[in-house]
Amino acid sequence: MIWLFLLSGLFLGWSLGANDAANIFGTAVGSRMVRFRTAAIVSGIFVILGAVISGAGASHTLGKLGEINAIAGASTVALAAAVTVAWMTKAGLPVSTSQAIVGAIVGWNLFSGSPTDMGALTKIVSTWVLCPVLAGLFAIVLYKAFKLFLGKNRLHLLEIDAYTRAALILVGAFGAYSLGANNIANVMGVFVPSSPFSDFSLSGFSFSGIQILFLVGAIAIAVGIFTYSFKVMATVGNELFKLTPVMALIVVLSESLVLFLFASRGLESWLLSHGLPTIPLVPVSSSQAVIGAVVGISLARGGRGLDLKTLFRVGSGWVTTPAFSTLLAFILLFIVQNVFELAVHQ
Amino acid sequence: MGIFFKKTRDLENEIDLFLDMIVNGSLQFQKGIEYYLHDRKEEFEGSCRRLSEIESQADELRRKVARKLYVHTLIPDSRGDVLGLLESSDKVLNQLEETLSQFSVEFPEIIPEVRELFQELADTAVLSVDSMVRGVRAYFRDLSAVRDYLGKVNYYEKETDRIAEEIKRIVFRQDLRLSHKFHQRYFALHIEAVADEAEDVCDRLAIACIKRDV
Repeated sequence: MIWLFLLSGLFLGWSLGANDAANIFGTAVGSRMVRFRTAAIVSGIFVILGAVISGAGASHTLGKLGEINAIAGASTVALAAAVTVAWMTKAGLPVSTSQAIVGAIVGWNLFSGSPTDMGALTKIVSTWVLCPVLAGLFAIVLYKAFKLFLGKNRLHLLEIDAYTRAALILVGAFGAYSLGANNIANVMGVFVPSSPFSDFSLSGFSFSGIQILFLVGAIAIAVGIFTYSFKVMATVGNELFKLTPVMALIVVLSESLVLFLFASRGLESWLLSHGLPTIPLVPVSSSQAVIGAVVGISLARGGRGLDLKTLFRVGSGWVTTPAFSTLLAFILLFIVQNVFELAVHQ
Repeated sequence: MGIFFKKTRDLENEIDLFLDMIVNGSLQFQKGIEYYLHDRKEEFEGSCRRLSEIESQADELRRKVARKLYVHTLIPDSRGDVLGLLESSDKVLNQLEETLSQFSVEFPEIIPEVRELFQELADTAVLSVDSMVRGVRAYFRDLSAVRDYLGKVNYYEKETDRIAEEIKRIVFRQDLRLSHKFHQRYFALHIEAVADEAEDVCDRLAIACIKRDV
């Protein structure tokens, strides 16, 4: 029964793997700089590592938004988010798993009569705007730095190509780690309060129940990467952006840094210990980080090819995705509670 | 990873070797013209033979480089430009070889009044090839330097036009058979075409540079 409830979360994880891995390796695979097999293995392994080792930070913030205390409720919320992502992807609308899950949690809060922590909600929503902006800023700085470095060091075109390939794999691994750390909260965060797993230790290594939950979710993401992300990667690489391999590297690096910033507890405690303002640990959208980085590069090159329509599409996604998933979660919770007679909240 | 970088280094060396062959070919051409104009037939034929060998070796090397670029899917976004550059550079070598070979086949009678100008024409054409090769090398390592070489090739191409015109003016004012005049003009055009081919490579190079941004 527990696995049946987890199924919706696993479905969400699978679709996240199928879609979001393309944000990390799409340009590299699409432009044939990296083979799909290599990309899938590297991202699969590092998504799992990121989720299990560093996944707790972002899911903690998500938990504050709404502590879903019944597993049927958590499952319905994840299903609402997964259906939103699947439907919006099919309709060709910009979608983010992070925004879908936040909308669905708010839907649960409304349905169960639990108060929504406005502080947490404001924090999350502000990061949606901050995420692409920050990715854009990183991209501008990195673009200038790369240009300066390549201009000074006079590397052979073939050497640049070889280094870029190696860097795309390394940065891709970092990106996959950050994606796992940041976005596992979307997939499994809602199941944390009602997690069916207990602590477990194996030859000196101990894993908490939450880590096992995240491992299961991360495996679903990895399966999504292996089974379905090739098509999305080819699309991202060939149709959406026409970037040079070095630009692709800058985009992935900027995106990975942003995902890492919004997931790293280590960085948070370092900032705290130095009396600096901390960055909220919130699941953010990797797609929007990529778009932010591409816009950043475009601005660094003098604003050539800047597509205002794309910007508008990103902005509209901030509203439509959570609104749709809130509504869907509310309807599904009603059905689960009244038709299937399952407790969706305590 | 080590093996991967070795492949890259090997390919870099092969591209460099290909460009070296073009420079060597142009020097053989220059020497060949000099021998021809000084009636040193045997040495001239030696230059012809060596240039022909260089040309066929360069052809083979270019194909090898193209094959490697495709098989290892290297420089996917600049591959077309690089192959285009190597192909058009090869055409320059073909033009050098063909011109010298025409001298060997048709044995044109160059009148003393234009011999020096013919040598000057060949020297200037070779200078354009030299700058073109430097420009292509710079494309791979130092984009900012390409512009200087493009300017030089442009200058030498104009110079060959000027010298070739001077040859034609002198030849057509001489009391010679029309066929003899035409024959010399034809060879002036042949040598001039070397610089034209070099300029074509540079036109490609200018576009490739714009495309090869960070």
